[in-house]
Amino acid sequence: MTTSDERTAAGAAAPQDDAPPSLEVRGLAYAYPDGTQALYGVDVTIRRGERVALLGPNGAGKTTLVLHLNGILHGGLGSVRVAGLEVDPGDKRALREIRRRVGIVFQDPDDQLFMPTVREDVAFGPANMGLRGEELDRRVRDALDRVGMLEAADRPPQHLSFGQRRRVAVATVLAMEPEILVLDEPSSNLDPAGRRELAEILLSLDVTVLMVTHDLPYAAELCPRSLILSGGVIAADGPTPDLLSDADLLAAHRLELPFGFDPAAIAR
Amino acid sequence: MGAGHAHRLYLPGASPVHRLPPQCKLVAVLVFVAAVVATPRERIWAFAGYALLLAAVAAVARVPYGVVLRRTLIELPFVVFALLMPFVASGERVTWLGLSVSEAGLWGAWNILAKGTLGVVASILLAATTEPRLLLLGVERLRMPQPIVQIAAFMLRYADVVAGELRRMRIARASRGFEARDVRDAGVLARSLGALFLRSYERGERVHLAMVSRGYDGRMPAWHAVGATAAQWTAAAALPAAAALIAAAAWIIP
Repeated sequence: MTTSDERTAAGAAAPQDDAPPSLEVRGLAYAYPDGTQALYGVDVTIRRGERVALLGPNGAGKTTLVLHLNGILHGGLGSVRVAGLEVDPGDKRALREIRRRVGIVFQDPDDQLFMPTVREDVAFGPANMGLRGEELDRRVRDALDRVGMLEAADRPPQHLSFGQRRRVAVATVLAMEPEILVLDEPSSNLDPAGRRELAEILLSLDVTVLMVTHDLPYAAELCPRSLILSGGVIAADGPTPDLLSDADLLAAHRLELPFGFDPAAIAR
Repeated sequence: MGAGHAHRLYLPGASPVHRLPPQCKLVAVLVFVAAVVATPRERIWAFAGYALLLAAVAAVARVPYGVVLRRTLIELPFVVFALLMPFVASGERVTWLGLSVSEAGLWGAWNILAKGTLGVVASILLAATTEPRLLLLGVERLRMPQPIVQIAAFMLRYADVVAGELRRMRIARASRGFEARDVRDAGVLARSLGALFLRSYERGERVHLAMVSRGYDGRMPAWHAVGATAAQWTAAAALPAAAALIAAAAWIIP
């Protein structure tokens, strides 16, 4: 077994300061058309190569924030930049590039995998980007290989196990070679083995990761840094072990560690 | 539920029929059925000829005759209707097995039974030798409008998901002591269906979101290149060409 420190070092590339940040959110505020205000000015910067957990209770605005990252939701105040490129819903070409750069893995793999076979599903994104032939095949093979699902390429998604479907869902996004991988509750409904396998895959990827979750141990295992989104603002931002050791902070934002989990065990 | 049936109809294999491109097989079945329907019903020998042709295709495709026969049961409702015709149709009456039946009705019943069965068997053979998703690819290559192909493709993908939800709802109902006994329980079932519709609708929105996030702009990317060669078209033409000859003969020979 490796410790979480070794994994961090061996996994994703160390954060790079010279490149533009993978994600830069400034003063983002948004109210839904029915008037419900979901975000009240969110500021987040994620450097290239970082793995960050976005924690927060239900209704904190996590999904709303995620849907802003690739321009699906827009129209409020503030700005979102992905690797230096501003998300501008009016500019179709730029939006297409933004959607390549931000790879969102949704919570239910049945929503994400809609094509008849795994291969076609993984090819969907890169094909929309205009890739064809040999280059498209290479992307699909690489992406499936990185999640260990190459043998399943010709199977229909509905014949795979839940854990396998989630891994394929990650591959569908990796095939677009994103700047930042955004995962919505990646550990939900996974059995312990599926959870560990996904963790190993995520740790092996050389890509910026933003992981939205309630699963605090998973955040501690995978993400050196965490953000707490609560009441539509970033309520805390710091090293994951520090945040998880602060019982008062967690309690104030309806976050709880599972029974028997000792945050001191993961603190450096 | 017709849900999972789609891929249970397919019998994996590597016969020459399996390997033909789907668009060739689709056209072949279509032309075959057209020839059968165009044949005058009085030429019984022609229908025997068509049946022999299908038997030959089944042999080449290595689809067991027993499987084909069992699957023709889907035709049963039409058979019942056809069997009623000689008794309810008007016109000249003939005595057959001690029963007085209408001659026109008898021919009408034979017409439905023979042509219907041949069409059903041809479709069974097509479905047994072609994966459903390849069938979709076939209709796409035959220039079926994209939206229709997309709808069918999504149906194929999500039929099992929706059927699974329906099954879980049924189990949840039964676990709380509900059993549909008579029409008065229809309200509960209707509400379940309503809930299922809403869930499916919401899923549709989530799927669309996932598609847009990966660059979908209203058109599915077409990257398949499964063209058919002249040799494959010729091979697929064997069945409809033979059927067309029989049909022509049936019209010419008195």
